[in-house]
Amino acid sequence: MSSLSLFLVVLLTGIALVIAGLGMALLLAPTSFNLQKGEPYECGIPTKGTSWMQFKVGYYLYAILYLMFDVEAIFLFPWATIVRELGVQGLYSILFFIIILALGLAYAWKKGVLKWN
Amino acid sequence: MILNYSQPLEISNLSAWLDTTLRSNLSEFWTLLIEFVLVGVLLLAAYAVIALVLIYVERKITAFFQARFGPNRVGQYGLLQSLADMIKILLKEIIHINKVDKFLFYAAPFFMVGASMMTFGAIAFGKGLQAVDFNIGVLYVTAVSSLGIIGVLLAGWSSNNKYSMIGAMRSGAQFVSYELSAGFALMTIVVLSGTMQFSEMIHKQEYCWNIFNGHISSIIAFFIYLISGHAETNRGPFDLPEAESELTAGYHTEYSGLQFGFFYLAEYLNMFIIASIATAVFLGGWMPIQIKGWEAFNQIMNYIPSYVWFFSKTGVLIFFSLWVRWSFPRLRIDQLLNLEWKYLLPINLVNLLVMVILVLTGLTLTDLFPSWF
Repeated sequence: MSSLSLFLVVLLTGIALVIAGLGMALLLAPTSFNLQKGEPYECGIPTKGTSWMQFKVGYYLYAILYLMFDVEAIFLFPWATIVRELGVQGLYSILFFIIILALGLAYAWKKGVLKWN
Repeated sequence: MILNYSQPLEISNLSAWLDTTLRSNLSEFWTLLIEFVLVGVLLLAAYAVIALVLIYVERKITAFFQARFGPNRVGQYGLLQSLADMIKILLKEIIHINKVDKFLFYAAPFFMVGASMMTFGAIAFGKGLQAVDFNIGVLYVTAVSSLGIIGVLLAGWSSNNKYSMIGAMRSGAQFVSYELSAGFALMTIVVLSGTMQFSEMIHKQEYCWNIFNGHISSIIAFFIYLISGHAETNRGPFDLPEAESELTAGYHTEYSGLQFGFFYLAEYLNMFIIASIATAVFLGGWMPIQIKGWEAFNQIMNYIPSYVWFFSKTGVLIFFSLWVRWSFPRLRIDQLLNLEWKYLLPINLVNLLVMVILVLTGLTLTDLFPSWF
C-alpha cells in the first residue's frame, strides 16, 4: 500500500464524515420556519449593513510577512534533512540565506510593520 | 537471563495476520479495497472516540482546576456526558441564515474536518499503527494542518456577521504567525535526526529521545513548539478568535447544529494532533523508555503495548495544555503577535543555527556518549 493512495483514503474519510454527519442531521433534526431565524446574529438589534467590507490593514501585513518566511521554510526543510552530509559548507551557504531573511524581518520591524495601532 | 517474548496485544501482529489472510484468499484488488475501507473506518472510529474522550476529560479537568464537580449526571461520574451531547447536537436543527454566501458557508466545515483528518492520518499511534507515512512526513503535517485556517477564514467571511468576521481575521493572523514557529521548531529536530519520516524518526529515538539528544536546542524547540501549537489551536491564553466575552463565538457564531459540531470536533482534535506530533518528534512517539544494555528492563518496558506509551505521553502533554489554558489571562492581539514576531521567531532562527552547530561539531548526546545511547 503506497502512502499516496492511503492519503487519498484519509482525505475521502474526512469528506465522508462531514457528508454523512450532515445527511444524518438533515434526516433526524426537526425543522421549523420563523422569519427571525434567518437573521444574522446580533445582540438583539438588526445588523446594520453588510459585513463584507474593507478590513484593518494590519492583518494583511502579517500575512505578507508570513508568506516570506513560509517560502523560506520550504527551502530550509530539504536542507535540514541532509545537513549532516553537507557538513560545514552547508552551514555557511544557508547562513547567508537566513541572514538575508532575518534582515527582511528587521527591516519590517524598523518600518513599524510589527507595531499594532 | 534475557527474556524474549513479543507483546501479544500489539496491533501490528493482528494487521500483519489480516493482510496475509486476505492476500492468500482474495485477489490484489479486493485485498486493497478491503484494507482501504478498514483504514477509513478505523480512522473514523478513532477520530470520534478520541474527540469524545477529550471533551469529557477536558470538562472534568477544567472543573477540578476551578474547584467544581464538572459533568456528573449522565452515567457514572458523568462518563456518558459527551456521548449524550453528541446525540443532542445531531438532533439540533441546522439553521439556514439568509444573507450568507451559501457555497462558502457550507464548504467551511469540509476544510476544517478534512485538514484535521489528513493530519490525524499521519500520526503514529503505535507500532505499525500509522495510516500515512510519507518520507516528507513533517513537511506534510505542517502543510495539511494549515489548510484548516482556510476553513476558518471561509466560515468567518461567508457568515456575513461582524463577530464572525473579526474572529476569522484574528484567527487568521494568529494562525499564520504561529504556524511559522511550529514549522521552524520541527525543522530544528529534522536537523537533529536527519529525516522527515515519522516512522524513521521514532526508530532513531529508541534509546535517546530527541528532546534529550539535542539538549539545549531541543528543549527550546520543544517549548516553542508547545507554545505555538497551543496558539494554533486557538486555546488557552490565545483564544482571541473566540473570546466569548467579546465576540460571542468568533468565526462560528452563525453555525448551528452539527455544522457547529464539526468546528468543535476539529478544534478538539487539533489539540490532540499537536500533542501527538510533539510526542512523535520530541518524546520518542510510541517508543517505550529503554536503556542501552539493560536488556531485562527493556523487555519489561516493551511488554507494555506501544499505543499505551503513545497515549500516555500524549496525555501528559494534553494535561499541560489544559493547565496553561486555565492558568493565564487572555492576551491582547498586539501582545500575541509581538510574542511571535519579536520573540519566538528570532529565537527560533538562532536556535536552528545552534542546532546545526551542535550536530556538526558532534555535541549531541548520541555523538558525545555513543556507548550509552
